[in-house]
Amino acid sequence: MAAPAPTARSWAWLGMLPFTLFALMFLLVPTMFIVVGAFRAEGGGFTLDHVMNLFTPSILAAFSISIRISLASAFLGCVIGFAVACSITVGGLPGWIRGPLLTFSGVASNFAGVPLAFAFLATLGRLGLVTVFLREWFGINIYALGFNLLSFWGLTLTYLFFQIPLMILIVTPALDGLRREWREAAEVLGASRAQYWWMVAFPILWPTLLGTLALLFANAFGAVATAYALTGSSLSIVPIVLFAQIRGDVLQDPHIGYALAFGMIVVTGIGNAFYIWMRSRAERWIK
Amino acid sequence: MKPSRIWAWLALAVGALYFALPLIGTIEFSLRMRRGVYSFDAYRAVLSDPQFRATFSFSVFMALMTIVLGVLVIAPTAYWVRLKLPRWRPIVEFITLLPLVVPPIVLVFGYIRLYNTSSWLPLTGTAGGTNLLLLAGYTVLALPYMYRAVDTGLRTIDVATLTEAAQSLGAGWITIMARIILPNIMVAILSGAFLTFAIVIGEFVLAALLNRPAFGPYLQVLGANRAYEPAALAVITFAITWACMGLIQLVTRLQKHTQVPR
Amino acid sequence: MAFLDITRLEKFYGTTHVVKDFNLAVEKGEFISFLGPSGCGKTTTLRMVAGFETPSSGSIRIDGRDVVNLRPNQRNIGMVFQAYALFPNLTVAQNIGFGLKVAGRPRAEIDERVREMLGIIHLPELGGRFPFQLSGGQQQRVALARALAIRPKLLLLDEPLSALDAKIRVSLRQEIRAIQKKLGITTIYVTHDQEEALSMSDRIVVMNAGVAEQVGDPFTIYNRPATRFVAGFVGTLNALDAIVTDPATGSITLDGQPIRLNRPIDAAAGASIGLALRPETLALGPRPETDGSLRGTVRDVQFLGSVLRVRVALDGQVVALDSFNTAALRPPAVGDAVEVSFATADVLVSDG
Ligand SMILES: Nc1ncnc2c1ncn2[C@@H]1O[C@H](COP(=O)(O)OP(=O)(O)OP(=O)(O)O)[C@@H](O)[C@H]1O
Ligand SMILES: [Mg+2]
Repeated sequence: MAAPAPTARSWAWLGMLPFTLFALMFLLVPTMFIVVGAFRAEGGGFTLDHVMNLFTPSILAAFSISIRISLASAFLGCVIGFAVACSITVGGLPGWIRGPLLTFSGVASNFAGVPLAFAFLATLGRLGLVTVFLREWFGINIYALGFNLLSFWGLTLTYLFFQIPLMILIVTPALDGLRREWREAAEVLGASRAQYWWMVAFPILWPTLLGTLALLFANAFGAVATAYALTGSSLSIVPIVLFAQIRGDVLQDPHIGYALAFGMIVVTGIGNAFYIWMRSRAERWIK
Repeated sequence: MKPSRIWAWLALAVGALYFALPLIGTIEFSLRMRRGVYSFDAYRAVLSDPQFRATFSFSVFMALMTIVLGVLVIAPTAYWVRLKLPRWRPIVEFITLLPLVVPPIVLVFGYIRLYNTSSWLPLTGTAGGTNLLLLAGYTVLALPYMYRAVDTGLRTIDVATLTEAAQSLGAGWITIMARIILPNIMVAILSGAFLTFAIVIGEFVLAALLNRPAFGPYLQVLGANRAYEPAALAVITFAITWACMGLIQLVTRLQKHTQVPR
Repeated sequence: MAFLDITRLEKFYGTTHVVKDFNLAVEKGEFISFLGPSGCGKTTTLRMVAGFETPSSGSIRIDGRDVVNLRPNQRNIGMVFQAYALFPNLTVAQNIGFGLKVAGRPRAEIDERVREMLGIIHLPELGGRFPFQLSGGQQQRVALARALAIRPKLLLLDEPLSALDAKIRVSLRQEIRAIQKKLGITTIYVTHDQEEALSMSDRIVVMNAGVAEQVGDPFTIYNRPATRFVAGFVGTLNALDAIVTDPATGSITLDGQPIRLNRPIDAAAGASIGLALRPETLALGPRPETDGSLRGTVRDVQFLGSVLRVRVALDGQVVALDSFNTAALRPPAVGDAVEVSFATADVLVSDG
């Protein structure tokens, strides 16, 4: 392609105007507004008071349980999704399974929010299918045993319904990208299967795995609808506390909302910074 | 080979159980409305609810508008970046990935604060303005998926050559976009569109906090007050999501058959 | 007993018979090429030797030991793949040292061997690079070094040069051969490029549709092809039809022109036979030292660099001949009436 004429070039950025404007107005500025708001004192000027207010037991507890649920569901989602993806790519399962499984993953990874909560209530709620089935056929009352859908494990289990498929969707192409020659070259050089995975396959997959982990974490951490529909306001995870704040259900310091939102950005931001850092370390061998 | 295959089957079986049970549970529950027998009463009740129809059509309308706005904002941008401004690429990619990092609830909080009635642009003051805000928010949510889909589509065609050929025939930019580029990446756009549809149709947080009568909040309210109807709605939503994904596969497959092999 | 002994090897994929009754004995230090058209079973045979495919029947012995039931990582074989088989996440040095590392060798030994191998492939400076920072030719050299670093008993190469461009292909094949000779390693080299096979090998196995049609040194394969397929596949060939007039003296007519081969032909008078002649055995114009000639008109002249390929039309059939391109000699013009001469000893006869 010939180099564009100088005049054409200097105006080329104009083509980016609609997108830039849109991104500024509806993504960047609103986000920045929150961040700034978290540090703005009542009459203007800088303050750390709002952020300091986050360090109260109840809010810290909310962050703690949010982070733990997100980590657990992201980590389990990664491990289980990876196992399933392996079984359809390198595990030697028949080829016909792959197509339907990927389609189903596409559906399930987008089946989040309120309907997902309904589905789990109908299955593992107090009157749910599995709960009733276990009670009436085996005499096992899972609620008496301490299980509660409106708890850490209940929510984690529910989130896995979209986390696992998301992992499958992202990691399957990466597994396909492992060339047969690599495995065979390793094998013929005397490596066992475990050595191949440890020294070649995992290092190559590492960036994808980490990236997906960060994505799944953010995905769970920001999810409101499922938790809200499942638990109402009874389980105080951060997004629900913030939701209540915005709704005005809870009359506290109005600035605590800014600080909460800022805290959420910080957490997902740290997650992604961690990912970018690990990735740059893991990807030295890529252009 | 043998033991690894057993593990593969085992992993698959556990996975299938985990994913099948909630679906079966929901379907079973949705049929239990009438005591003692299975019936479609819950579905009947839902479908005849005028609020269901109102909120559902509102969300469908919003989804369609989101698709239109998304295509208008993203397709020309992705095209332009590929053709003229490859240096912008990392920036644009970063921005399109941001919505995966910034939680939607934070985003909408920003909207409410930034565009409230006492601000320089009081969008939340009117229903129309709030709808616009909701639309923009949905487009932001769809940004990562839409951009990826369109960019992948553009990668498979030779943007530069197509553009130069069109220009040499005297076509203007609008013509090039509408007549040359868009039809060529139609399948990619459709994939992105169906995905967007699936995301928007049941979205809850934005609609709830902006106070719009959308399907998501309706679902939530119903869930808090009824027993069996929510299960029926969950089944319906699942079917819609499934249809969207099925359509994505369908258009992708159709394209494979109609495209000339290179 | 030969170093590598393949006997009665068969391979079926479902019902397709991909390798048929393959027998081969390779001496220690020999360089053998598998040559044949695409899909003839070269790779399959090689992969059975490497252990990636299980033979349907037959045996493979390396150094007297039957390896059919050994896994690839137990066979002590070096293998070079067509392309892109270097581990992208490891540096050149780590790639080369991989085999020793998984074998748990001490660090010092690995470093020493890597240095030695980098020297052998003439890339002593590149140990710290990643594969994506190398050219295709360099990558294949590193792949070779990696395969050799474990001191394998047998080296297998599956079209290692086919993804490279022509210039590098020629220089690298000389290098591979030189390294192979230096280390004295028994080698099987798969290719579909006859020039490669002819220039590198001690012996060539010409394969067709899963069958080893002929095994022999390059000279024999080229000059004394055992079957019509080998004759046609290796080198260019003029295939001509002739009628026998006197089988005892080898007299025949080719498009009405008489030729006397001076050796008996195994066919009846009046029968039709096939003749084969290499373009380079034919010369333009009369030559005192040759005993056969044909007359015709020049159909076209192709310029192939150092060689001119001239196609001469007889009465219906066409023969192609090669003559050296020298500045002093003007090339013949299309339509010229010319005489083509050859030695009758070079004429290959096949029936039908
Ligand atoms: N896994 C397989 N399943 C079924 N058929 C196969 C398989 N692998 C190879 N074949 C068939 O076996 C035949 C021989 O294949 P092979 O790869 O050995 O050919 P090749 O001589 O190496 O060809 P090329 O020069 O193209 O590499 C081909 O017809 C191929 O289609
Ligand atoms: Mg091959």
